[in-house]
Amino acid sequence: MRITCPLCGARDRREFHYMGDAVYLDRPDPVAPAVAWDDYLHLRDNPAGETRDLWFHEAGCGAWLVVTRNTVSHDVLSVALADGIRGGAG
Amino acid sequence: MRIVGRGRVDRTITVPFTFDGRRFWGHEGDTLASALMANGVRMVGRSFKYHRPRGIFSAGSEEPSALVTIGHGTARTPNVRAPMQELYEGLSARSQNAWPSLSRDLLALNDLLAPFLGAGFYYKTFMWPRAFWERVYEPAIRRAAGPGALSGQADAARYDKAFAHCDVLVIGGGPSGLMAALVAGRAGSDVILAEEDRKFGGRLLAETEEVDGQPGPDWAAGVVAELTALPNVRLMPRTTVTGAYDQGTYAALERVGLHLAAPHPDAPLETFWRIVARRTVLAAGALERAIAFPDNDRPGIMQAGAVRAYLHRWGVAAGRNVTVFTNNDSGHRTARDLRAAGVDVAGVVDARPDAPDSADYPVFAAGHVVGTSGRHGLREIRVRHAGGQRQLATDCLAVSGGWNPSVHLACHMNARPVWHEGIAGFVAPDGAVPGMAAAGAARGLFSTAGCLADGAEAARAALADLGVTVTSVEVPRAEDGAYDIAPLWHVPGKGRAWLDYQNDVTVKDVEMAAHQNFASAEHMKRYTTQGMAPDQGKTSNVAALAVLAEATGRTIPQTGTTTYRPPYTPVSIAAMGAGGRGKGFAPERFTPSHAACVRRDAPMVEAGLWYRPSYFPLNGETSWRDSCDREVRMVRERVGICDVSTLGKIDVQGPDATAFLDLVYANTISTLRVGRVRYGIMLREDGHVMDDGTCARLGPHHYLVTTTTAAAGPVMRHMEFVHQCLAPRLDVRFIPVTEQWAQFAIAGPRSRDLLNALLDTSIDGQDFPFMACGAVGLMGVAGRLFRISFSGEHGYELAVPARFGAALFRQLLCLAEPFGGGPYGMEALNVLRIEKGFLTHAELDGRTTAFDLGLGRMVSPGKDCIGKAAARRPGLCGASREQLVGLKPVAPEGRLTPGAHLFAEGAQAVRVNDQGHVTSACHSPTLGHEIALAFLKDGRARHGRRMRSVDHLLGVETLCEVCDPVFFDPEGARARG
Ligand SMILES: [Zn+2]
Repeated sequence: MRITCPLCGARDRREFHYMGDAVYLDRPDPVAPAVAWDDYLHLRDNPAGETRDLWFHEAGCGAWLVVTRNTVSHDVLSVALADGIRGGAG
Repeated sequence: MRIVGRGRVDRTITVPFTFDGRRFWGHEGDTLASALMANGVRMVGRSFKYHRPRGIFSAGSEEPSALVTIGHGTARTPNVRAPMQELYEGLSARSQNAWPSLSRDLLALNDLLAPFLGAGFYYKTFMWPRAFWERVYEPAIRRAAGPGALSGQADAARYDKAFAHCDVLVIGGGPSGLMAALVAGRAGSDVILAEEDRKFGGRLLAETEEVDGQPGPDWAAGVVAELTALPNVRLMPRTTVTGAYDQGTYAALERVGLHLAAPHPDAPLETFWRIVARRTVLAAGALERAIAFPDNDRPGIMQAGAVRAYLHRWGVAAGRNVTVFTNNDSGHRTARDLRAAGVDVAGVVDARPDAPDSADYPVFAAGHVVGTSGRHGLREIRVRHAGGQRQLATDCLAVSGGWNPSVHLACHMNARPVWHEGIAGFVAPDGAVPGMAAAGAARGLFSTAGCLADGAEAARAALADLGVTVTSVEVPRAEDGAYDIAPLWHVPGKGRAWLDYQNDVTVKDVEMAAHQNFASAEHMKRYTTQGMAPDQGKTSNVAALAVLAEATGRTIPQTGTTTYRPPYTPVSIAAMGAGGRGKGFAPERFTPSHAACVRRDAPMVEAGLWYRPSYFPLNGETSWRDSCDREVRMVRERVGICDVSTLGKIDVQGPDATAFLDLVYANTISTLRVGRVRYGIMLREDGHVMDDGTCARLGPHHYLVTTTTAAAGPVMRHMEFVHQCLAPRLDVRFIPVTEQWAQFAIAGPRSRDLLNALLDTSIDGQDFPFMACGAVGLMGVAGRLFRISFSGEHGYELAVPARFGAALFRQLLCLAEPFGGGPYGMEALNVLRIEKGFLTHAELDGRTTAFDLGLGRMVSPGKDCIGKAAARRPGLCGASREQLVGLKPVAPEGRLTPGAHLFAEGAQAVRVNDQGHVTSACHSPTLGHEIALAFLKDGRARHGRRMRSVDHLLGVETLCEVCDPVFFDPEGARARG
């Protein structure tokens, strides 16, 4: 498997660390109800098809990436810098 | 038997070799198979299950029968396919699966038991009694059945891994592949042409065809010469592409030295490649399949195409009096070529009623071979044909059941091949592997002209995809015959008819599977083991599916295929794991003091990838405990030196550094003054403790964060996540500087005295109080000093740029000596911290919370932090939690062991009564007895109570008292003093 890092280009997946669903980008408010935190921390879809997940280009530029890919065809549909997606927050 | 004037081996060079200890001679260019055949050796092995005599069946990697063991000792390699082994001087090959000898194999008795050894035999027979599975049945089966054995010794040879990238990967160097490489190469693209054989040309090397008026092999050699001259083309002979993976990644195995009598000592025997290609042309050709008929497995019965290959490429006649059994035109080609070479052809048995006639040999139309005889090799076949029955004396039966396109790689990403009625075979599905297109025979085109044109077209299309336009391609002239086949999969009748030679699977086995309702292709495969041998059923799977289809009343496409999985051919584990042997398995990280520690005979222990000294033995010390106890006392009473460079260090800078650290640390950083250090814990977002360490404020916007040794990478990754994914607007940057700084703990009552003998400017308790930090100079080197303590003593950590680390360690030891001090290792470090109740990853094991550790109040109520919300969850705090406590034995000599579990006095030591467990334990030389840190349910409320510590593994049980986890100097006066 290969991922095209927006900064580094196409690289072997062994350069990347996989974290999980990109839902991790949507951190609830600190005082949000427990159910919102439970959802954020533990509840995940398991789609046969398109999924967005977070990969860290650990052996490359150090960028966290949002990779949109298809779990059935293994197509990597898009790769974006996580901090570009969250640019308006924080 | 060699035929004069035929073949392309170099007869001026004689190559001696042995088979089963007998000496033979072959020629330069021979394979082991061609050389054995030239020497008249027909029987080369025994079959897997029934120990039937077997000969050479094919001329390629699909070989199911001729498996041999090559070499001796550590260089012994079992299950080598004889057609794949190039001959070299001194090659030593042995037959397999026969005892005591190939011709007198006692286990051939299995063949007489065949009625009892059919499909599913293992599952049915060896069910009972269960206790016999591993002790009796398995060893017996393994001895009786199975291919060659490993040497049992470590393989001393070298192997390698390599990586390559290209625009166009061409898999297979036959007519299609050569044309594809030529078109792409001439267009200037980066091309890799991988060919399994030592020579390029594919079937052109095995036939008599002409291309552009030249003999096929000469045309191929010309193309290879042109490709070799192109700098953008990489030719990879002896390289089998074994797997297709995501995003254009391919695995390939190159046989670098397996054909050499004396492989270069610095070169690998095999190299495992990962090739990344933007586009791929699959020109893998086609494999000839057999026809199942009674007793079709005798030595001398082989592929008709292989008979031609041995004749034309190696100048060897597979027999003196050959017969052919075919259902298509290519069988006749074998008969014609043999006749032209002066070999007798006793007849062609053609299953087609409209079989073409011949003036040169008898043709038996609508003919079937219904039986054979010959104990160690074929002697006679029985034929039933339109005109009646015949017996033909023959020592070689060339069989062609048609050709199967090599679709394997196209199906490695879960696609199924597509049935093609015209060739009665499966072809590669379009677009099943993104970027890959099949060409030539792999796509079901069986004429040379068709393959040449198709290879060129595939390359043109691939280049067009990549934005490279190729206008005109000249396709050379070649044979363009039609391919006529009437499917025949098996000849009905009595007697066993083999499908899978390698796993001894017969037509009857597949029919039995169908009758017992193992009717899906995947079930039939597993029930019969059809196609599950190392050859993966390359010459037999399609016929087996056809038999299954017939037995279940379905068509072949309805029956479907099993799943194609990598590798296409076996890949040695040694090649895949190249570089990973011994110390190559993981890189070694050495501290600046490593050499000095080794010189002092310190046993080095692994800490992740790091190596750290366990203890520093002195003369007269008889055990590690002697050394450890002395080192602990040295630190408590004088001064000790310890290399702590392995701790993770992260340099954090920026206007928002403070705000950022407030977010990642559970405790508050913003109240930390410049020049001060604070102990901190980081939580995971799920509320558990991730790591602990110190945070030093070096400037208003400059911090140095330390992590535990093991967590240096994960903490860095976590901080990048928090910054980039959760708080990207914070203006902060950080880099790991673990390897940039050598850092030493200087601990003990005399630590400041020692430092003042070293530092350019001396320090005192006023300017350097407990938890102070700052820049220092020592002999002209700029360093950093932190007054922190992991031992509980008055102590410091001194950091200098890593290149000064070794020198500083030496200097520190010199200066320590007059104080009665010296180095201490991991054992003493561990005892010192347990005595103080300090934490390591034994306690921070990913399941403990700040509450559990007694650090709940560090989670600042005044700010948000990672993990804060989840840490408040009901289940993560309260009396039900196992909380950090200290344990000391009630009897002074009582033993405490990490991993022991805690039970109430009087309660049975079983899981339901489990109250907690011990995480760290040691003998405390300071206190004179063993101590332990443990997690105990509601532990903080149970100080003073007695518990049983039970270590079921070591058989140690100790009555102990629960206490505060800080055993020594609970007020911390020694560190502050
Ligand atoms: Zn990158």
